[in-house]
Amino acid sequence: MNFNALWAYANPRKFIETADKVLPALSVLAALCMGVGLVWGFFFTPDDYRQGATVKIIYLHVPSALMAINIWLMMLVTSLVWIVRRHHVSALAARAAAPIGMVMTLIALITGAIWGQPMWGTWWAWDPRLTSFLILFLFYLGYIALWEAIENDDTAADLTSILCLVGSVFALLSRYAVNFWNQGLHQGASILRGAALVGDTEERMSNVYAVPLFVSIAGFVLLSLALIILRTQTEIRARRMRALMARERMN
Amino acid sequence: MPDLGKYAGAVLSSYAVSLLLLAVLAAVSIRRARRMKKELETIEKKMKNNV
Amino acid sequence: MRDLRLAVRAGGGFGLGLAFFLIVVTLVPFAVGPRTELLAAIAPGILWLGALLACLLSLDRILALDWEDGSLDLLATAPLPMEGTVSVKALAHWLTTGLPLVLASPVLGLLLSLPAAGYGPLVLSLLVGTPALSVIGTFGAALTVGLRRGGLLLSLLVLPLYVPTLIFGAEVARRGAGALDYATPLLMLAGITCGTIAVLPFASAAVLRVNLR
Repeated sequence: MNFNALWAYANPRKFIETADKVLPALSVLAALCMGVGLVWGFFFTPDDYRQGATVKIIYLHVPSALMAINIWLMMLVTSLVWIVRRHHVSALAARAAAPIGMVMTLIALITGAIWGQPMWGTWWAWDPRLTSFLILFLFYLGYIALWEAIENDDTAADLTSILCLVGSVFALLSRYAVNFWNQGLHQGASILRGAALVGDTEERMSNVYAVPLFVSIAGFVLLSLALIILRTQTEIRARRMRALMARERMN
Repeated sequence: MPDLGKYAGAVLSSYAVSLLLLAVLAAVSIRRARRMKKELETIEKKMKNNV
Repeated sequence: MRDLRLAVRAGGGFGLGLAFFLIVVTLVPFAVGPRTELLAAIAPGILWLGALLACLLSLDRILALDWEDGSLDLLATAPLPMEGTVSVKALAHWLTTGLPLVLASPVLGLLLSLPAAGYGPLVLSLLVGTPALSVIGTFGAALTVGLRRGGLLLSLLVLPLYVPTLIFGAEVARRGAGALDYATPLLMLAGITCGTIAVLPFASAAVLRVNLR
């Protein structure tokens, strides 16, 4: 694959045109995957012998948690692209993605709390994973607030992208600090372990749960992608409008 | 409707909350996208008339 | 270093952070009750949190005054690179806020009936940790310097960045108070402080240049 071709989409007009073409298909696909994954997970999976019906929450909890982290990573990449190559679309994509990431973090936290209540007997514990997600949520809040506070588009893009870089380092630091500070209740990441997928380890997640989970994850990824593209398009238009209005005021 | 046993409240509420949040996010995004598109079109038209 | 002296004078509010620290620590027993053993248990955490909040309170003064009277523009054109300027600013903030907090902490520890073994680690952890608070705070101040209602936003941005410092710092103080080995968190804390001092001035300077554009 030729990655250099990607730079063509740094042109706002090209991005909007392509987005208009891609969006309908992507939205339908996202809705399909999410629908299938969630319906399958909700109606057609057996109860876990220990966790009962609460295991069904996994189809929301795990994908949203994955997206919460991946969207932050995407923001990190687009921020870097903005700093290095100064493509407006890149900075606006980071801006567009932040609220989605925040909602994903919120979903992961809420479903986690609802799941934790019957399983651990508590809504909230100061467990490393829970705490790191709370901190991630705070980072999203600060990032969005900074975007909103600054009027000049370029200044805002510069400042938020530097904040994103610094924040990423500190988020990572916090992750390790929190681990050090308290050993947790939360189980390890059961799906991402390579052995859990192919091997016959005892921790391996049964296929009955894994297949709908992957469909659901795909649904969340596609949905986030569709929303990011849509919102980036909106931000591009909003920026162009501000520029036009400024020019009009000059005349 | 599957039998959710004693955890029905937990499972249903987490699905409800998550789907609600996602729906709100999507609705807000779509509404803002439509509004922005319309406003930009009017302004671009106005600019063209001025020139 | 005329710049440093200037910054110290402009930083002002020498006693303000200290007074805030004292008040926070005084309010805690009112909130949780006067039981000595309870106070002793939470003293290290309260002292760290109090120091952190006192630090936060004075952050917007680091750059705001210079921004208003335009001397920041002068500093930007001065031969000293921007990285140096923000480092000096952070140092000045530490000298006016961090150091007094460190020195006052044993007295306030007395108020909260901190166990005798805890004084050394507490002072040590604050001494090592507060420079990081100042440097991170300068970054936050640089981010929000041009904004009219920057104060609240500054707190929102800076507090998550304070998390690792707070965790390790309070851990040192807590382990010290419990007469446990505190070498590991202290080393981590020192690592974070050194890392922030080495790297963050570049970020702060970059941010400040953007804001002065």
